[in-house]
Amino acid sequence: MPFGNTHNNFKLNFKVEDEIPDLSKHNNHMAKVLTKEIYGKLRDKQTPSGYTLDDVIQTGVDNPGHPFIMTVGCVAGDEESYDIFKDLLDPIISDRHGGYKPTDKHPTDMNFENLKGGDDLDPNYVLSSRVRTGRSIKGYTLPPHNSRGERRAIEKLSVEALTSLDGEFKGRYYPLKSMTDAEQDQLINDHFLFDKPVSPLLTCAGMARDWPDGRGIWHNDAKSFLVWVNEEDHLRVIAMEQGGNMREVFRRFCVGLKRIEEIFKGHNHGFMWNEHLGYVLTCPSNLGTGLRGGVHVKLPNLSKHAKFDEILGRLRLQKRGTGGVDTASVGGVFDISNADRLGSSEVAQVQLVVDGVKLMVEMEKKLEKGEAIDSMIPAQK
Amino acid sequence: MASTFTRMIAGRYPAALLASLGAGTVAGGLLLSDSALFAEGKRSLYPPSADFPDLRKHSNCMAAALTPAIYARLRDQVTPQNWTLDQCIQTGVDNPGHPFIKTVGAVAGDEETYEVFAELFDPIIKDRHNGYDPRTMKHPTDLDASKITNGVFDEKYVLSSRVRTGRSIRGLSLPPACSRSERREVERVVVTALAGLKGELAGRYYGLGDMSDKEQQQLIDDHFLFDKPVSPLLTCAFMARDWPDARGIWHNHEKNFLIWVNEEDHTRVISMEKGGNMKRVFERFCTGLKQVEQLIHERGWEFMWNERLGYILTCPSNLGTGLRAGVHVRLPILSKDTRFSKILENLRLQKRGTGGVDTAATGDTFDISNNDRLGKSEVELVQQLVDGVNYLIDCEKKLEKGQEIKVPFPVAQFKKY
Repeated sequence: MPFGNTHNNFKLNFKVEDEIPDLSKHNNHMAKVLTKEIYGKLRDKQTPSGYTLDDVIQTGVDNPGHPFIMTVGCVAGDEESYDIFKDLLDPIISDRHGGYKPTDKHPTDMNFENLKGGDDLDPNYVLSSRVRTGRSIKGYTLPPHNSRGERRAIEKLSVEALTSLDGEFKGRYYPLKSMTDAEQDQLINDHFLFDKPVSPLLTCAGMARDWPDGRGIWHNDAKSFLVWVNEEDHLRVIAMEQGGNMREVFRRFCVGLKRIEEIFKGHNHGFMWNEHLGYVLTCPSNLGTGLRGGVHVKLPNLSKHAKFDEILGRLRLQKRGTGGVDTASVGGVFDISNADRLGSSEVAQVQLVVDGVKLMVEMEKKLEKGEAIDSMIPAQK
Repeated sequence: MASTFTRMIAGRYPAALLASLGAGTVAGGLLLSDSALFAEGKRSLYPPSADFPDLRKHSNCMAAALTPAIYARLRDQVTPQNWTLDQCIQTGVDNPGHPFIKTVGAVAGDEETYEVFAELFDPIIKDRHNGYDPRTMKHPTDLDASKITNGVFDEKYVLSSRVRTGRSIRGLSLPPACSRSERREVERVVVTALAGLKGELAGRYYGLGDMSDKEQQQLIDDHFLFDKPVSPLLTCAFMARDWPDARGIWHNHEKNFLIWVNEEDHTRVISMEKGGNMKRVFERFCTGLKQVEQLIHERGWEFMWNERLGYILTCPSNLGTGLRAGVHVRLPILSKDTRFSKILENLRLQKRGTGGVDTAATGDTFDISNNDRLGKSEVELVQQLVDGVNYLIDCEKKLEKGQEIKVPFPVAQFKKY
């Protein structure tokens, strides 16, 4: 909640034992890490904008566990959350991001030319390619915490930046609250529209407040580059197209983001970034690159193979249903994307997707012919 | 006994006591802190006009009452427990309108909400409670069940009878605002008091987090179990936080008196039984309430109540008596009559589906209850319900015989004191 959380000072009148959440039935990163000592140490802290420990962890308290994946169970309310609450967040980040240490540095590489290959994924199998990330705008608090005034300012600034783009990026903004039915249907058909969050992971973190005020979708005329404004992050930037040309998608992604960043910097509101955590986003799981590069790919045979999950693990990839996170696969088509976010660069992560998907398509073809794939199973990347 | 601190804030002037206890040091701390400077900066960068919610598509009492001027005056105020206006109205901003009924769109975080934010809550109360003016009027409380007449219905039509209300424990924040320790304290206070009930009211508490599957199934079969709120009206008002911590159900062994702990209010008190003996249901209701009140008094606690607003509850719609007295009644012929709604309206009754609020009626059985909560006493409202239901049954019987029915004159509004 905006402008300073004086309510927290009132809670300090009660003892730690009385205030600490009961996490005995919980299974998320926050519940694994939070101890009475950490709670006691951090409960009287707040960030300059008034975000407190209880704010950080509320979503994890309210959501004991997720059937498909181990959830993080906490969010940041602003850039400073990652600093003020580091005693809680550093171990969670380490747990979630493969042992990433508080002293580690995160490499950023948005130079698409460093990607090898990626333009030749077989379109008979790879139906579509997509790269997304998030960006937070310095000087504003994040979606769990921001006030209506801040959210509107973020929208205003974002729309100014985006509508000044030209060439392949020329496009238009559609605010959620004033979209016509026709526009809405079109955006749904294009698979662009995002809706009010229903997942309690997001609603319990306060991210759906005041919906749809200040939210909207911008996309270019070619419908290959789009930006969500004020959903789970300030900005979610997405490049996508049908078919398997991940290389082109990544190029457009990098070029577009660079242009956008320059415009924001010109307004003295660059993106939140630091050497240790890379790009700072609402959910600790998206720190680093915030990048999820993925394809929708037909793997009806490989997905039934006993070693499918092991192969994915070794390739540092994850599978989702074609409806995105929280969905199951339909008709043997999977959403395959990079699992990592922090500790490796954008180029490196997309490279893993490109190489990994190429290999899996080859495995699929072999299995179609009734051949074995044991010799193709890769070493751990 | 209540701890020293809680006894202090349970006193008559919680605002003054809290101010002397903590606010001084808090203010001193704030003046030096980053957050105070940040907050100051933000306030000038984002004046109230920048934060005023867009309510153009909204249809609830809060949206009708909130003006930019009121928002500007109240945005930076806090109650002694540091609850803010934005927190009160969040549920109304997030929920533009309800298909079945005009929702209130604002909740209280504590007793003082109704004072500190009176400029918004007074018009909401007026709107919701038929013009009741908290500035000039007094609310009558009367829990003498012996005054009820004709309170036993024809069981050919009335399947069950029920009376519910809520009670809040003075000195502890309400469900939208309470911290985990406050909520646990409510549970402790209430459960300790209920353990003192005897005779036909003696019973047992079931904590939501600890109940066995068997106990859970039994409570579902008895129609007692309440579950985590799914209605966005409640979840957007922060009432489902930390679920199921410190929530539970207490009921007597006879299974006709039960109490919900920490759902939408600190307590919801329910008396119910099959059949049409509303008088007995109300008698048990009043006896039970009085005994519970006595038991918490013995430990230094009291219910939130004042002359202007009666019993203080989370939702402004439940102020006054917080009382909903109702029956499940079969009205197969009357319910299809075009005059049905008007008859209900004039009797000051409302119909709901048998699943409760937010459900539609199935078949011929309706949940019929009183509309009003504030400005009339418990006895008056229950009598009104009794007279109304008797009238409806009479209409049904007449229609069965092909006789004519009349739409009754509207029931008189509350006396303006």
